Amino acid sequence: MDNAGLTLDGVTIAKDGAQLLAVSHHVAPGEVLTVMGPSGVGKSTLLAFVTGTLAPVFDATGRVMLNGQDITDVAPHQRRVGILFQDDLLFPHLSVGANLAFGLPAGGTKAERQAKIADALTEVGLEGYASRDPATLSGGQKARVALMRMLLSDPCALLLDEPFSRLDTARRAQVRDMVFARAKARALPILMVTHDAEDAQAAGGTIITLQATDAS
Amino acid sequence: MLGPVAAGLYGTLLPAFGHLPVAGQTGPNLNAFRALFDWPGLWDAVRLSLTTGLLATSVSLLIVMLIVAGWSGTRAFGALERLLSPLLSVPHAAAAFGLAFIIAPSGWLARIFSPWLTGWEQPLDLLIVQDPWGLAMTLGMITKEVPFLLLMTLAALGQADATRSVAVAQALGYGRLTGWLKTVFPRVYDQIRLPVYVVLAYAMSVVDVAIILGPNTPPPLSVQVVKWMSDPDLSLRLQGAAGALVQLALIVLGLAIWRFGEKIIGWAGKRWIVAGRRGRADPLVGGIALGIGAVSALAILLGLASLAVWSFAGFWGFPDALPDGFTWRNWMRHSGGISDALFETAVIAGAVTLAALVLTIGCLEAECRYNLPFSQLSVWLLYLPLLIPQVAFLPGLQTLFLQLGADSGRGPVMLAHLIFVLPYVFLSLADPFRAWDSRMGTIAAALRASPDGVLWRVRLPMLLRPVLTATAVGIAVSVGQYLPTLLIGGGRVSTLTTEALALASGGDRRAIGVYGLMQTAAALVPFALALLIPALVWRNRKGLRHG
Amino acid sequence: MKYLALIAALTPMTALAQTDPADWDAVVAAADGQTVYWHAWGGSTQTNDFIAWVGEQVAAEYGVTLEHVKLTDTADAVTRVLSEKQAGEDDDGAVDMIWINGANFAAMKEADLLFGPYAEQLPNWALVDVDGKTVQTDFTVPTDGYESPWAMAQVVFDYDTADIEAPMGSMQEILEWTQANPGRFSYPQPPDFLGTTFLKQVLVDVLDNTSVLAQPATDENYDEITGPLWAYLDELTPNLWREGRAYPPTGTAMFPLIADDELDLSISFSPGAASAAIANFELPETVRTFVLDKGTIGNASFVTIPYNSGSKEGAMIVANFLMSPEAQSRAQNPDLLGYGTVLDVANLPAEDRALFEALELGIATLSPEELGTVVAEPHPSWATRLADDWQTRYGVAQ
Repeated sequence: MDNAGLTLDGVTIAKDGAQLLAVSHHVAPGEVLTVMGPSGVGKSTLLAFVTGTLAPVFDATGRVMLNGQDITDVAPHQRRVGILFQDDLLFPHLSVGANLAFGLPAGGTKAERQAKIADALTEVGLEGYASRDPATLSGGQKARVALMRMLLSDPCALLLDEPFSRLDTARRAQVRDMVFARAKARALPILMVTHDAEDAQAAGGTIITLQATDAS
Repeated sequence: MLGPVAAGLYGTLLPAFGHLPVAGQTGPNLNAFRALFDWPGLWDAVRLSLTTGLLATSVSLLIVMLIVAGWSGTRAFGALERLLSPLLSVPHAAAAFGLAFIIAPSGWLARIFSPWLTGWEQPLDLLIVQDPWGLAMTLGMITKEVPFLLLMTLAALGQADATRSVAVAQALGYGRLTGWLKTVFPRVYDQIRLPVYVVLAYAMSVVDVAIILGPNTPPPLSVQVVKWMSDPDLSLRLQGAAGALVQLALIVLGLAIWRFGEKIIGWAGKRWIVAGRRGRADPLVGGIALGIGAVSALAILLGLASLAVWSFAGFWGFPDALPDGFTWRNWMRHSGGISDALFETAVIAGAVTLAALVLTIGCLEAECRYNLPFSQLSVWLLYLPLLIPQVAFLPGLQTLFLQLGADSGRGPVMLAHLIFVLPYVFLSLADPFRAWDSRMGTIAAALRASPDGVLWRVRLPMLLRPVLTATAVGIAVSVGQYLPTLLIGGGRVSTLTTEALALASGGDRRAIGVYGLMQTAAALVPFALALLIPALVWRNRKGLRHG
Repeated sequence: MKYLALIAALTPMTALAQTDPADWDAVVAAADGQTVYWHAWGGSTQTNDFIAWVGEQVAAEYGVTLEHVKLTDTADAVTRVLSEKQAGEDDDGAVDMIWINGANFAAMKEADLLFGPYAEQLPNWALVDVDGKTVQTDFTVPTDGYESPWAMAQVVFDYDTADIEAPMGSMQEILEWTQANPGRFSYPQPPDFLGTTFLKQVLVDVLDNTSVLAQPATDENYDEITGPLWAYLDELTPNLWREGRAYPPTGTAMFPLIADDELDLSISFSPGAASAAIANFELPETVRTFVLDKGTIGNASFVTIPYNSGSKEGAMIVANFLMSPEAQSRAQNPDLLGYGTVLDVANLPAEDRALFEALELGIATLSPEELGTVVAEPHPSWATRLADDWQTRYGVAQ
């Protein structure tokens, strides 16, 4: 399939008439596109545009296609675009298991759902953690739960917003490898923004570097 | 919110200019104002309203700022915060009664030290309560407004990046208090400006506290206006309406004076900030402020304790520190009335608060979902009913409801309560609601949750505590409403507060004790639940324990 | 005839509201199931309890539900009826009955806000002491059947025998006593009902000839007649409680002041109230009452029905019940309320008379003989002007 993957077709984002970025690129399934640039350059607005949560102070043009479908005007929750932030953003009012269940699409018996959650936890080495309070987990553990929660929702693309910058050096490589491995295993196109060169290198795909403009 | 206020004001405007056909008066003319200006007590009444309002507001603000500046983040501050927050819900009238009984010449303080220390066999004939300068009344207002402003300030602190600013200032060698005042205060004051104006407007037009603690020869203008409005001589109603307009003008003047004061302080403050003084008197000033804060909390607590003792008292004469005997009789004889009034109070407060919550959450959710930010103007409109004296528009509103055929009964009373409850609920929920991390919403949407799903399954559960706090605030405000319940309800709706004030006019302290305590409980229990429920529901959720 | 029946069937509400007070059976029939909102001052626990008891009785006997709307000020109810008339609510207003007298009654009667005449058609009117008690005039204004009496009140002075040895016989004696004992006496702040009554009481006591007070005050005679009163007050005020810079708001608000030992002497409009307050721990047991040698002002408390009440029949049931020997004897019981009766007790049937004879007077209550002469209320125009003048002279004095 030619158009499988995530396509950014002539995307530009501007604020107050000043252009922040312009990207036109196709990310094939299992590939990574890394957008690099210093803080404040507007990298994250690109992800907000793809997820459909761009604040109205920005003016965006261009289209976003996912597996050949134009999702530019689709409601955020119907786009099937997963995202991970530098913070785990696990829902603090839900247990680890319930966080995963939140990601899991509706359907199936209770036992089936529980089994899927247990499998997901086992996959990242957290078996038996379903009833835990997310606040009691370590940073690396939280990142793994957040990843599996996102993957359980069965997305068609994965966006990463500085995903590893809060992790300490020891955990960092481990979590990063796990994220890329799981995403590639599911053949997801990945769009990552980061200011960290090491992350960009590890991703191994195309790297677009944005320059700070005077207007920003 | 504008509609009822405007209609009410119109209904006051007409009689003020001499138009009240039912009393045989047709205008327009200036007779009512002429009569008002002929009243020899006018200037004293006007002066009282201005001075007590400005004094109560500035002292309350000063105390709160010094406490927060000197102590926020410390253990003493935590204790004071826990002590003061629930006191916010103590109805003004109950607090005023308690205070009056403590400080009167035959009050509790005098009783405790008499006659063994003071030698007083009879109380001294001193004008402490109802003094002509309105100091007792100002004191009563301060003890009630300090908790309110403190809570508003705490809410604003989160957005002012206070901890780090003070840390930087301290690293530069500034005292904690001076550093806070120089770096954080300007930002915090910007945030709490509207609540401060509300306090000023309230303090200038308060009726129930003024009746209990204020002077009465002459009384403050607001009290006199209510007296005129309820005089059997109908022509005095015109004078009352004119007085209500003067009261309104007075509040505008008070706000103007306050704004002028803001400018002066701002100008002087800038010079002070750049002068570089590090604040060597900080510990002393901070200590005094904390002391005053503790005393004002203690005054309310002691007042409530005195209500409790009175509600069980047999005969209790001067100078006995405690009654001759204790009895259940006072509670028994009021139990029937209390259960009816409690039911009515709960139904009204519950429905009104629910409506206010729905409206508030609806507005806030629409704001973030459809990007409809609140303009400064609409915020002011929301606050309008709190800035305009109730006596200036409630009688007009009553006439409006009557013309619509929606007279008396629970429904109209609920509507009238909503006018006052909504701003407070909005005020207490807006900041936490907006401060919620919107990336949570992005994540939930990416996990394929619909906008409604995000609201109900993620946002509101995470905001359980602020939502419950807003609920408690709404209930407390509704419980405390006197004039709207009385005027709009046509007297057919009797809540704990209308019953308590009716009994208060008779001065029966035992009855006042019983009703005052019930009134306090009705407002306090929701606050306790607002603390308790999240603690129970989220007992295994560390991430929400301090949220 | 057919048409008439049809019209009657189509207009049940108006028909009900127009029940003729003289047709008592029809009144009783129409009242069954009605709810009566009685607007009455709610500042006295004893009165509130009494009204609650009345409610139980009329509910059991007549199926009338009585709701006590507790006012801080009777004028609030007047205002309400007035606003309703202004808004065109003429059929079912919020107020069904008001405890009223004096200026409030005069104002409502003059503004045509009252239903009636009905009072003298009520069955129990026959028992009322029309000749011996001022039940057909209210502050000299003829009631004309627009209000029905339910209690008699008379000015008495409450004093604490722990501090005052003997009763005083005149306002002059009271003045002399305050000069010897400054700060121990006060009266409610006019225009409070009782406070204004105090002014009238001084006036009738210092005047030699009070007959002029039965006529409306005129600009010509007002200053001359009231001169002695202001002279009296000018002398009294510096020796009042708080030097006259603050006043108690109401009569009952003076009870706690006596209990606190801030006052030794106060004025009351209910001869039995002191006894009831002692029984209720509100006053020390040493309190007694006295009246003046020349007598004290007395009047009746009435109930009235607004023109736009939707439950006029129910209200008439309550008004009638209030004049029954059962209710009157309960109201006179000093442990419960201690109000004077409006009935002609001597001419009651023996078993009803026994209800009254069984009553004890109460520890601080004077007997009817001891209460002595009842001085009639001056015309309401005096009260209004006195209250206004007082406010100008003392009410804004600081």
